[in-house]
Amino acid sequence: MSDKRTELKVSAIRRGTVIDHIRSESTFRVFQILNLEDVKDQVYLGTNLESKKLGKKGIIKISGKSFVSSEINKIALVAPEATLIEIEEYEIVKKEKIVPPDTITKIVKCVNPKCVTNNQNVETKFNIVTDYHGQMKLVCHYCEKSMTQKDIFFI
Amino acid sequence: MIQLKNRSLVSITDYSKEEIIKVLDIAEEFEKNPRQKILSDYVIASLFFEPSTRTRLSFESAVQYLGGRIIGFASADTSSVRKGESLKDTILTVSNYSDLIVMRNPLDGSARFASEVSPVPIINAGDGANQHPTQCLLDLYSIRKTQGTLENIQIALVGDLKYGRTVHSLVQALSKFNATFHLVSPEILKLPSAVKKWIKDAGLEYYQYTELADVIPFADILYMTRIQGERFPDPIEYEQVKNSYVLENKMLDKSKDNLRVLHPLPRVNEIHENVDSNPKAYYFQQAQNGVYVRQALIAAILGLKE
Repeated sequence: MSDKRTELKVSAIRRGTVIDHIRSESTFRVFQILNLEDVKDQVYLGTNLESKKLGKKGIIKISGKSFVSSEINKIALVAPEATLIEIEEYEIVKKEKIVPPDTITKIVKCVNPKCVTNNQNVETKFNIVTDYHGQMKLVCHYCEKSMTQKDIFFI
Repeated sequence: MIQLKNRSLVSITDYSKEEIIKVLDIAEEFEKNPRQKILSDYVIASLFFEPSTRTRLSFESAVQYLGGRIIGFASADTSSVRKGESLKDTILTVSNYSDLIVMRNPLDGSARFASEVSPVPIINAGDGANQHPTQCLLDLYSIRKTQGTLENIQIALVGDLKYGRTVHSLVQALSKFNATFHLVSPEILKLPSAVKKWIKDAGLEYYQYTELADVIPFADILYMTRIQGERFPDPIEYEQVKNSYVLENKMLDKSKDNLRVLHPLPRVNEIHENVDSNPKAYYFQQAQNGVYVRQALIAAILGLKE
């Protein structure tokens, strides 16, 4: 009998959060916006994994970490199709698809250099809409310009 | 319910169809009798952080005809902005001295922000490249006056449909009135898809053209715009398109009797001066209508007309 492995083995985590169903190309961006390089516990990152839903997907497992709503909103903007799974004692205690909020304040910079939020001390605010191609757009509450996911820059 | 009192006007989309009609009805009343001394107890602040001829003077004229007093400045150079004062502080200070603030500011979104910090209502007289709702209201007034209705208009929008804020506001407003849109522009200055979405969402139709002559035979309104060099990121692009459309008098020979030519002004070359004497040229009356519309807005927001 051969003991040659046919699958990549990734450890389960005892307690923490798994971000699953990230589009492959967004995986490193999610890692970056959550500042996961600063996490002291174990973090596993996989990308280009087989996925029935997405074709290729990314997954991030973070030990000892749960996310607050402002962090979940950040994930929603970069990876709106992702699923968030909370783990306790190796068991799934909560699993939910991320839902982008209707509005988002403070965390994103407006792409328009002439926007009042980039020139005065004004907190940013965006309405999140879906255009008729099904793409998520952020519309600035102040200058009314819309921006796509690729323009998102976190403050 | 129509409630305009104490409400700021930042974007034309702040008003419902009924609220737009209400302002136009009041404006009609002022056109018949523009000299009513209803503002004698009021002070209006006029804060123009960047230069303007028509908008500032027509606001000031509107207030003066109504017997009100005006305080303010016509350029940021003559205010504390030059000393580095924030917009918030300027607005909070001026709101102590006035009942209503009319503001033009070069920053996009500045009017929305001002309306959120100001205890008195703000009328947006242009915030950068974003919105200019009083221009839109006077355009609507001019259309209604010349066509007898705002419903089912065949409107041709000509020139810079990409950067022209008056075009965007007019599309948003006329989408409430079952208009058909004929969009004439060079390829690089087509109407942005976000603005076309307003037309689609209202279940209406638009058609795109590159030749001005194609729309003249069936248009009710020919809305000409200047191709604005200052909005172009690339000066070479501007040189390529700046004289794309020039309306000349003889081109109107085959137009409908009810056609009127509108232009938000200032014009450069896009309407030849030989059009000015044609009875279908309406752009100077259009500018005059700005006074009545601004009187109506000020009176409605101060609760002096209902």
